[in-house]
Formats: sequence, C-alpha cells, structure tokens
Amino acid sequence: MYYLKLIFKNIFRHKLRSLLTMVGLVVAILAFGLLQTVVNAWYAGADMASANRLVTRNATSLVFSLPAYYRERIRSVDGVTAVAISNWFGGVYKDQTFKNFFATFAVDHDVFFDLYPEFKVKPDELLAFKRDQRGCMVGRLIADQHGFKVGDVIPMTSPIYGGGTWEFTVRGIYEPKDETTVTRQLYFHWDYLNEQMKKRFPKRAEFAGVFIVQIADGSRAAEISQAVDKEFRNSLAETLTETEKAFSLGFVAQTEAIVTAVRIVSFVVIIIIFAVVANTMAMTARERLAEYATLKALGFPPLFVAALIFGESVMISSLGGAIGIALTFPVAAFFKALMGTMFPVFYVNSHTVMMQAVAAASVGILAGVLPSYRAANVKIVDGLRYAG
Amino acid sequence: MAARPIVSITRLSKSYRRGDQVVPVLRDITLTIPEGDFIALMGPSGSGKSTLLNLIAGIDKPDEGELLVDGEDITRLGEADLADWRASHVGFIFQFYNLMPVLTAFENVELPLLLTSLGKRDRKERVETALALVGLADRMEHYPNELSGGQQQRVAIARALITDPTLIVADEPTGDLDRKSAEEVLALLRRLNAEMGKTIIMVSHDGHAVLSARHVTHLEKGELIPEAQSSPGPSAQERRPG
Repeated sequence: MYYLKLIFKNIFRHKLRSLLTMVGLVVAILAFGLLQTVVNAWYAGADMASANRLVTRNATSLVFSLPAYYRERIRSVDGVTAVAISNWFGGVYKDQTFKNFFATFAVDHDVFFDLYPEFKVKPDELLAFKRDQRGCMVGRLIADQHGFKVGDVIPMTSPIYGGGTWEFTVRGIYEPKDETTVTRQLYFHWDYLNEQMKKRFPKRAEFAGVFIVQIADGSRAAEISQAVDKEFRNSLAETLTETEKAFSLGFVAQTEAIVTAVRIVSFVVIIIIFAVVANTMAMTARERLAEYATLKALGFPPLFVAALIFGESVMISSLGGAIGIALTFPVAAFFKALMGTMFPVFYVNSHTVMMQAVAAASVGILAGVLPSYRAANVKIVDGLRYAG
Repeated sequence: MAARPIVSITRLSKSYRRGDQVVPVLRDITLTIPEGDFIALMGPSGSGKSTLLNLIAGIDKPDEGELLVDGEDITRLGEADLADWRASHVGFIFQFYNLMPVLTAFENVELPLLLTSLGKRDRKERVETALALVGLADRMEHYPNELSGGQQQRVAIARALITDPTLIVADEPTGDLDRKSAEEVLALLRRLNAEMGKTIIMVSHDGHAVLSARHVTHLEKGELIPEAQSSPGPSAQERRPG
C-alpha cells in the first residue's frame, strides 16, 4: 500500500513531464490500435470466410469464367453438400465514385443464402427474393448508407456486362450475424443475368465466375479441393479450388505491401514511445539517485528501490495504455464514419485490445528495467554524494 | 565505572581508486567510542572524517581492519545483512536532510518503521512522539518544501531516532543551516545524548557545532591526531543545557 502510494506520489511529482509522457503513450497506443484495426479491416473478407466453404475458379485466372454446367459435376464430388454460382457483376450505382461503390454479385438465388448463414435473412423476404427474378437482397450497410428499403428499385449499369441500365427491386435486407460480417453487397439472380446474356451476348451466357462450394467437413477441404480440380483436369477450363479464406487472402495479397507497411508503422510507433518512456525513466532515476541512496542507507533493500522505478514506469504505461485503449473505440467509430463504406467491417476486436495492452505493458516493463537496475545498484556513498 | 565501548575500530584502512591511482583515505585508524558518547569528528576537507563516519554507519566497507559496533563486526556482513543491521542500529542525519520530498513530515519519519513489524497504530504513536520531541507536532502533514531548513533537519532527527537505534550518525548536520537553526538542531542532539543516552557521532567543520560534543576527534590526511595535539571538547558540565 505504502509502496503504491509512493509510486503515485512520484508519478505526479513532475506533473508536466508525467502528463506529456502519458499523452505520448495515449497517442501511441491509440495509433497502434487504429492501425491494427485498419489491417484487420483489410482482412475482413478473409476473416468472414467459413472453413466449410470452398471457391472453385478458372485455374488460368479469375478473369476467365467457367462453364455453368460444372455446377452439377462439382455437386457430385464426394463431400460436397451444395454449390452456388457467383458472378462478379461490377455494378455501378449512380456514378463510379467511391462513396457509391458496393459489391454486386449474380448468384444462384435458390441456395446462395443457405451457404451463408452469417447473413441473417427474414424468411418472407427471402421467399420474395426467390420469387422475383429481378429481385435483389441488399446488405444492411448499403441499405443504411443509401436509404434502400424493401420495394425500392435500384438502377445500375455494368461495365462488364453492358446492356444499359439494369434495375433490381429490393426484396430483402440481410443483417450481419455479428460485427465481423460484411454487409456491403447486393445479390441478385444469376438466372436473370444469364437470360439477359442469352438475349444480348449469347456467347457469354451459361458461364459462372466462381462456384461457391459447401462441404460437410471442413477438415476435408484439401482433399475435396483436389477431387474437384481432378474432375476437370485436361478439360477446356481447368479449375482451381481453394478454401474461401485462401481465395479472399488472394485479393488481400495484391495489396500486401500496403498492409505490411501499415503493420510496420504501427510497431514503429510503439518503439518510438518506448524510447520516450525509457528516456523519461532514466532521467527520473538519475534525478532521484540521492533519495534512493537514502532509502538504502535507512535499510531498504535494493529490490525495493528497483521496484519503485519499475513500478512507476509500469504505472505510467498502464495509465497511458488504458486511456489509449479506451479512446480507441470512439476514435475508431469516428474513423469508420469518416471512411464511409471503404472498410465494411471496421471495429476494434479483442485481439487488438490485447495487443495494445501487451504493447503498453512491454513499454512500461522494458523502459523500467535499466533505470531500476542502476538505481538498485547505486553505491550509497556515491548516491549521497550526488545529492551534495 | 567506564561506559562499555559501543564502537571499536582497530587498524582500519580505506582507499579509493581514481582511474589507475589508488588514493588512501583512512590509514590504520584505531578508535573506541563508549556507549552514550557524543563524539565530533573534525578535520579539513579530504581528511577522511566522512569516510570514517560512513564506515561506522555501515554504508561503506573498509579495505582492512576490524569494526565492531555493539560487539558485531560489521565488516563481515553481506549487503543484505548490512541493510538489516543499518535499519535497526543506525539513525542517519544528513547535511541536506535527505527527506523524501513527496512524503509529509509524518510519512518521512514513519519510513524506517516500515522495515519493522510494527502495526499502523504503533507506528503512528511512535511518529507522533518523535515529532513532538523535535517540536514539530503541529507540522506532521507538511511536506519538506513547506518547512524551513531547521525544521527539515528536525524531521530528519526524528526519523533518525524513530527506531531507537544504537547509534546516531550525523554528517555536517548544521552545514546547511543558519546560526539560529543550527543552534536548535545542536540543542536537540545534546538533549538526545544527555536525556536519552543516545550515542552520537557527528562530523562537522563548524568549530561552534563541535562544542556540543563531549569529545572531539581530529583527523588529518586519513589519520587520527593524538588527543594531546587536538582540542578537547567541553566536559558535560561545560555543555549548555538543551
């Protein structure tokens, strides 16, 4: 108790110095948390991926499609429970500005939402969607952003499929299962797209962008992926099947350098604040050398002296870290609002909070080690002379 | 009957190393201090008086010789044992008071008691008694920077005697004080010695301060000057009352 009291009193001895050090820590821990959250947001799609879903695409490249009839052959592979076509539509709503961007997919309306239990759908809305070939389901995020309601008609164009304006009627709004679920997509009937292709560009009909493959046992993912690909070996369009997570990470990999840079910067921030706190603690310990020598002269063991500095360092870091962590939540919410739908999933997860806490504690511990060692080992006569 | 020796020093030597040079500070010191004495160590700067005081107080170690305090050879104690020994046997009074600036007068005096097994209530009782003894009962909650130099030194004296130590060592206790405050501090030390029988070893440059001591021992160039060549301190009768 006395020890803690002494530490607290020492912390507020040089109020401005302690305050500035803590402000530095708050900013560093906050920045670290935000940057980590940005990195996590980058991987949001991959994090949402299910272990029980595979994605089959053209082995040559994603830009090449696969014959739609592959669907039945994939479904017949042992271990596969359901298959759905998913075509990237590349829809443009209003204009091509980022604020109006959201993902649009043509999917097998009958099974698609069965494959994605993380999308919470009202049964009546799903039924309405299935019945209306021009119907679509929109995610909560874009519904809120653009004010879409059930019954609204969304006009879109597609630089990929052309054909002027495509109109989709909102038949339902799906909700996220939790904060990790991305709801920045619009899904409509692949049948509708296919029929339009038959009319407008017959050669582009009956093709699928990718197949979403549901499997019963996630631990058999590798084996089933191989079986699917084997099915189409030496065919006109060979396939590449991988887990949904690997498929999503493939997109992230294209911007890996940016993510790595953000990650490095977040750790550099911590290293900088470590240097600041270490310097503060070294200065503090040097100034109080006479006091520590006095304590030792009075009979206090070196460990007590060391614990005073060490405790002060850890306490400052803990206070700064706690405030930094607490501020991360409102600042992240503000950042999310500022960025619109750029990061469909942007929240501070428990892992980030844990990393922030570990970073703050590490700074406190490491910054306190050397000064406390020196103070504990100062010769009493030398320390007392320092006072004189 | 003569008082039993509380400090017995035999052929004590101490030197410091400055770079490649070995500088002798104390040479072959032999000295006995009886229990209840108030001895002043005098000498010019660099004579080794503070070093001798530090050795007696157990905050430095001699190179050679024997140093018995209350029958225990403290030169043989390890660091941890020496720290325990200091906590229970030595009360320190420093020139610059060396109080903890973040602690009140009460808390500063209480500090050495934290190393004992005393409970909070007992500690409080003792601290209040000690502060009343040094005339600072009304300044318990004051921080050092709210006290004058003389008052701070009186807090330091209260801290020095709070554990009822075998020895009180004072290194230039009046060196940073004005004449009036110095006289108050010296009067307090005389009282501790005369009324409580505390053995006090004081280092001082101040010719006036050493008049408070029962005996004065002179050091020069690390050696004790024989009694015949040094001025004796005042006898107990000559000393002014506290």
